Amino acid sequence: MFPSKFEYRRVASVDEAVSILSQEEDAKILAGGHSLIPLMKLRLASPELLVDITKIENMSYIREDDGEIAIGALTRHHALETSELLAREVPVLPAVAATVGDPAVRHCGTLGGTASHGDGASDLPAALLALDATFVAKGPKGERRIAAKDFFTGFLETALAPFEVLTEIRVPKGYRSYSFQKFNRRAQDWAIVGVVAVRNGTTNIGYVNMGVTPLRATAVEQQLASGASDDDAAAAAAAGLTPPSDINGSSEYRAHLAGVLVRRALSELG
Amino acid sequence: MSAAEAKGGVVGTRKLRREDPELLVGQAKFGDDLAIPGALYMVLVRSPFAHAKIQSIESEAALGVPGVVGVYTAADLAGEWAGPMPCAWPVTPDMKNPPHYPLAAEFARYAGDGVAAVVATSKMAAVDAAALVSVEYEELTPVLDLEEAASDATVIYQDFGTNTSFVWTLEPDPDGVRQAFDQAAVVVTEHYVHPRLIPAAMEPRTIAAVPSPMGDEYTVYSSTQIPHILRVMLALTAGISETKLRVVAPSVGGAFGSKLDVYAEELLCLALARKLRQPVRFTEERGESTMATVHGRGQVQQIELAADQNGKVLAVRANILADMGAYLQLVTPGVPLLGAFLYHGLYDIPHYSFTCTGVFTNKTPTDAYRGAGRPEATFAIERGMDTLADKLGIDPAEIRRRNFIAADKFPYSSAAGLSFDSGNYGPNLEKALELAGYSSLREKQAQRIAAGDNHLLGVGISCYVEMCGLAPSRVLGALSYGAGGWEAATVRVLPTAKVQVVTGTAPHGQGHETSWSMIVADRLGVPPEDIEVLHSDTAISPLGMDSYGSRSLSVGGSALFLAADKVVEKARKIAAHQLEVAEEDLDFVGGSFKVKGSPEREMPLAGIAFEAFTAHNLPDGLEPNLEASVTWDPPNFTFPFGTHIAVVDVDQETGDVDLLRYIAVDDCGNQINPMIVEGQIHGGIAQGVAQALFEEAVYDTSGTLVTASLADYLVPSAAELPSFELANTVTPSPTNPLGVKGIGEAGAIGSAPAVINAIVDALSHLGVTDCPMPATPERVWKLLQQAKAH
Repeated sequence: MFPSKFEYRRVASVDEAVSILSQEEDAKILAGGHSLIPLMKLRLASPELLVDITKIENMSYIREDDGEIAIGALTRHHALETSELLAREVPVLPAVAATVGDPAVRHCGTLGGTASHGDGASDLPAALLALDATFVAKGPKGERRIAAKDFFTGFLETALAPFEVLTEIRVPKGYRSYSFQKFNRRAQDWAIVGVVAVRNGTTNIGYVNMGVTPLRATAVEQQLASGASDDDAAAAAAAGLTPPSDINGSSEYRAHLAGVLVRRALSELG
Repeated sequence: MSAAEAKGGVVGTRKLRREDPELLVGQAKFGDDLAIPGALYMVLVRSPFAHAKIQSIESEAALGVPGVVGVYTAADLAGEWAGPMPCAWPVTPDMKNPPHYPLAAEFARYAGDGVAAVVATSKMAAVDAAALVSVEYEELTPVLDLEEAASDATVIYQDFGTNTSFVWTLEPDPDGVRQAFDQAAVVVTEHYVHPRLIPAAMEPRTIAAVPSPMGDEYTVYSSTQIPHILRVMLALTAGISETKLRVVAPSVGGAFGSKLDVYAEELLCLALARKLRQPVRFTEERGESTMATVHGRGQVQQIELAADQNGKVLAVRANILADMGAYLQLVTPGVPLLGAFLYHGLYDIPHYSFTCTGVFTNKTPTDAYRGAGRPEATFAIERGMDTLADKLGIDPAEIRRRNFIAADKFPYSSAAGLSFDSGNYGPNLEKALELAGYSSLREKQAQRIAAGDNHLLGVGISCYVEMCGLAPSRVLGALSYGAGGWEAATVRVLPTAKVQVVTGTAPHGQGHETSWSMIVADRLGVPPEDIEVLHSDTAISPLGMDSYGSRSLSVGGSALFLAADKVVEKARKIAAHQLEVAEEDLDFVGGSFKVKGSPEREMPLAGIAFEAFTAHNLPDGLEPNLEASVTWDPPNFTFPFGTHIAVVDVDQETGDVDLLRYIAVDDCGNQINPMIVEGQIHGGIAQGVAQALFEEAVYDTSGTLVTASLADYLVPSAAELPSFELANTVTPSPTNPLGVKGIGEAGAIGSAPAVINAIVDALSHLGVTDCPMPATPERVWKLLQQAKAH
């Protein structure tokens, strides 16, 4: 369990990180390291340079800003889990964060890291997608904002360019009603299927591990919007989707679970 | 030891483990913690293929990595071995045992088979270099499925012409069995599959072979549970005189049977240390461990029960296929035999038949894993009894009552040929039922069904008896095992009255230092804190048979008990001499010899120890010093038993099984330290529940192990388990002076059938009659889909 040889640089600012990332061919950002380091130890990833951004100041925060909640990219899952502001304004995030891995993982993992990793099996990206979050990224040409629906682009791929740093995640206030259904075999495991449902007038539903990226349950949302009952809407849970098959569940079983979990989530929403 | 005696002393109390402080603060030295100056690091290049011909091995690029000392293939090391790696249990005279050397020469037989050893001055260099060793393979058809392997459609060892290693049969009265089945009112025929399990000890294997600076002598540090047996085997296999070899097991972080073995890496480290005249060490990676350390279980069973109309079982016939894996490791073929005598469980069944076919596959070799053969046997009979009960409409508790060996039949001669030492099964079952609130659970179960609840309730009972305390040497001989089952102990009272205890047992998490000090403390009347327990180093404890098969207390503890008594008897001679009374006029109370009738005339053991040391005034002919050794060979196995009850909730929509409650009433005879007993039961239950619900070594169709990490191989944590509800009954064993039976494996033996019985119980009204292990949510959901489709 040794990674290949790599260089390591710790940066003091986002600009410095962007500058290095723009110059170096094969560099990766190191934040919480709980996805990257295991991949490197298994030699599934062998970047030549790690740019450690964890010592950049003022990148870990949760605050109200311009009518939204702004979360610094370096905010640890544990901070999400215990934030009173989130508990009040976006309670789904603490609820989801509390189920990620175990306490050690939650004290290391960052929201920016899990979002940038873009793993369809991770819980928080699906929650951000359900919340219609906005991702703030900084690159050589300055800052840009990316809507959640455009952010997760493929298997472990996001809209971020290799030289961009995700600095902030912005989520709207108002989604006070939520349900998180995480179905797994052991407490610390990834979800076999996870359903994140939030409601603020309209109902948004995010899926964990129903595809290569975090997904929205579009068919269910459309049914609900057109007045279908919860049961009827839930019956469309897997419409148009091809969930993955692995040793924890076949595609067929995941499709079935999605229906059950969506119905349970809907019945839990206020 | 009587309960009354126990009351006055420390035995029977919940004394905290003396081992724990240094483990808890991280000060204990495990193999990888040992500072060994000048050590080289070994990393193995392993076959990624389950079955392949090795065409060529190219190591030039690897040799170019700075720090690399050498890359060694089977051919390079062929001269190092006096013989192949040992299998100590040739269960039949015609057993087929392929030559197995530390590195594969011509063929790789399983994914993970070592093909080259890279040695470097740092672990990092060795890892980098290993990745550069280029091996050309010609892939061959892998033989993976056990039943397919048995069909010989593809044969792994061409010389044998078959994949069958042996057929072992135990059929004392074939006519009786045949008649019983012919005349039976009911016959139940069931098939069960025990998936392979990965032992997943917390500490993977670590090895260091260190040449003596004085010359041709070697110390081998290994995270083994058998330092003594390992020394013998290393000497024989590496061709080193046993006198030149010392084996030390440092702190060992769990084993569960997986370190009851002689491994290729142990031999390679030793041979390379000899070749390079430098220490060579190896630490297994977790992923590597899932393939390179033995697996457990791996059986396909058929069990048939013949019974009368009342559910009284008349005969049992078991026929099993046991997965050997690619090679026979130390006791691989013997594992199923440890269960061979127990397919009738704790029931008085007059006719018995058992056949085991050991079969090679292109998978990691199997070997002992907590319970070794007995969990498989218990599962078969306990699932079978439930099936029979269901067929006859008899309550599962009641069918067990009707079949138990009656308490007045002990010692009980079983149809399989064993003599059960002691038992009292009925009250044990009743206690468990009462703790569980059995009838009220049945009511709740019915209510949920009546209400159409999505969540169904299931109650599963498993009664077990096992044979442990391995073992009477003559019996082991009769079973063709290559060693005895005795254990050695020395008790030495030093001049300052501190006590050294030397044991041949090799603890790897069981707390022997605590328990052994308690036993000796009570015998000698000294505080346990004054007793040091020495073990797991063949230079300090040269005689021993090590720890496995729940043997340490009943065999090693008994040896210790008898050695302590021998010390007391010697001390008595000195006290009698100096107090000028007859030996029989002395009482030994509270660590002091007192003259009967005038207790003010006394001589404490401390004083006697010093007298024995100075030897100024000893009886004529008595040797100086206060020390005694005993090697004890038990006259019989011990037969612990118990009742386990699992209560599960099954979510019909998802197939998810939630273990709500777990009740275990175990009887391991007298208990030395009930806290340690409970700890063993907790861990055992967790492993059995894991087998029932979580764990399975999964291979893909090419023979690659899919569950090669702890992210994919689901070892459950405390979060997945309820707080266990434990109680016990106490039926002392008459076969050893402590009256103890053994508890290391009981939890793992009783639990898997309790859980599966509970799941089937929850679903039986829907027509479900069996459930495969592990009962994953998807499997249970599919069972429900199939049942509802009918």
